[in-house]
Amino acid sequence: MNTMSEAVTDTTTPPTAGPGEVVVEVVDLHKSFGSVEVLKGISTVIHRGEVVCVIGPSGSGKSTLLRCVNLLEEPTSGRVVVMGEEVTDPDCDIDRVRSNLGMVFQQFNLFPHINALQNCTIGQINVLKRPKEEASTKAQENLAKVGLAGRESAYPAQLSGGQQQRVAIARALSMDPGLMLFDEPTSALDPELVGDVLSVMRELASEGMTMIVVTHEMAFAREVADRVIFMDGGVIVEEGHPDDIIGRPQEKRTIAFLQRVLDPTHVRAGEEDEAHYRRHAADHWTGSTTRDDDLTPQPGIPH
Amino acid sequence: MSVSTLAPPAHRGPSPRQRAKRRRLIQYVVLAVAIVVLLFVADWQQIGQVFFRSDMIYATLTQGLGTALLNTIIYSAGAFIIGLVGGTILALMRLSSVAPYRWIAGTYIELFRGLPALIVLLAFGLLPLAFSGLIIPFDPYGTVWLALGIVAAAYMAETIRAGIQAVPKGQVEAARSLGMPAGVASRKIVLPQAFRIVIPPLTNELILLVKDSSLAYILGLSAAGYELTKYGRDLSSSNANLTPLVIAGLCYLVITLPLTFLVQRLEARARRGR
Repeated sequence: MNTMSEAVTDTTTPPTAGPGEVVVEVVDLHKSFGSVEVLKGISTVIHRGEVVCVIGPSGSGKSTLLRCVNLLEEPTSGRVVVMGEEVTDPDCDIDRVRSNLGMVFQQFNLFPHINALQNCTIGQINVLKRPKEEASTKAQENLAKVGLAGRESAYPAQLSGGQQQRVAIARALSMDPGLMLFDEPTSALDPELVGDVLSVMRELASEGMTMIVVTHEMAFAREVADRVIFMDGGVIVEEGHPDDIIGRPQEKRTIAFLQRVLDPTHVRAGEEDEAHYRRHAADHWTGSTTRDDDLTPQPGIPH
Repeated sequence: MSVSTLAPPAHRGPSPRQRAKRRRLIQYVVLAVAIVVLLFVADWQQIGQVFFRSDMIYATLTQGLGTALLNTIIYSAGAFIIGLVGGTILALMRLSSVAPYRWIAGTYIELFRGLPALIVLLAFGLLPLAFSGLIIPFDPYGTVWLALGIVAAAYMAETIRAGIQAVPKGQVEAARSLGMPAGVASRKIVLPQAFRIVIPPLTNELILLVKDSSLAYILGLSAAGYELTKYGRDLSSSNANLTPLVIAGLCYLVITLPLTFLVQRLEARARRGR
């Protein structure tokens, strides 16, 4: 509590944390959209320099968890403390905390009306109040770092998806963040462009950047992550070292998920029942009328 | 290997393609006959005298057409600026998180989109009479600017609101994630993109305003304040000849057709993507 009150009184410099310190603390986090509860009590702690990959089936709440860290989603209850500041506190200056958090989106969300360099300077100039030349230098360094030196004047529409995502990473890095959040950064990319983005992220991790990565790239998670969190149905089912979670999962749901992700064509005999259950459960919630018997041959349709 | 064969035609007579061809031919014949009849029946000399009398053309061009054209441009440009500023403010009010702002903007927009511009213009023309001592600056320009601008603001507000809402939500999220406060995110990220989206429909709004500026003829204007319609109408009625009105009409086209062409170019560019 002492560190918190210190951070609150210090309004001029962004909050920082030393090595090994707690960067993010999530305590009993709940989030509902209307009557649907997406997060059902998440608690975890992330330390400086840690790379945490969050995996899980779609709809498991992993993106929502990430978006609660920088308050793009307002938690329904629970506490989120980022670098000593409780962002769930209504008195928290969230803009100041966000300026120290880098966020990378699935759909890149580059600003289409300004070029790559300006995408990387606009936050520095308008939020950090850096002089233009300093912001430009920093932006050029970061564009070079993500392999886009020379593309400063390109507009987002002139860049490939992979290049756009790397500009988005450079944009986030230009704010000198203490923590990077990645929300499925490669999910919207053509398969051949995924590698470039992942190698940039791998390099960041090796430099000691604290990262939370929501991803479906199991190989990346296994190679780069210090810790993997498996989520399903709004709770953390299992977390630990990637070799344990991805290599030797203990929980039934983790095993089933990994089998689907690592070999989508493979359906074990025992799993078929679960697959049927899931399909019908989904139909029930969406009100869809699709049933397995719809697949039986209809009279009049030749085969 | 079996070769599938089509069923025999259900009924005899010309094929659908032949029938379509015949129908097209009939349409051409009807058009040709209409043109020939018009050429022979119409009294071209009379028509030329009424719409394009040479001495009237000369009189119209020399007696102050330039001033009238300039006034039309001044009236519509001023109204457009007032409409643009007012419309932007109304659009932001309409999207405000403060409910009374939304109500005020909503009422304003519905009210002035539902009223004839002519009524508003007449009301503004009569205001100085009703409130003795009230002076509208730059009269008659101020009166026209205010009246047409207030109506245009209502239309533009809806256009601009649609433009703001067309900016993807992810743009605001990205801006806020950098630590930009809501106002900065609006000014630096959302509004620049929204205006890019609404430039074609706003140019259409300008075209409408150029034409609506003709309503100013209803005000008791002095000759210095004449716009194209008033100028053409006065000359036409005093000479019992339509030539001045035709020329006034052509002047509107000189302004509006390039704008229409510009809108088409802008829309094509927007379709190709930025």
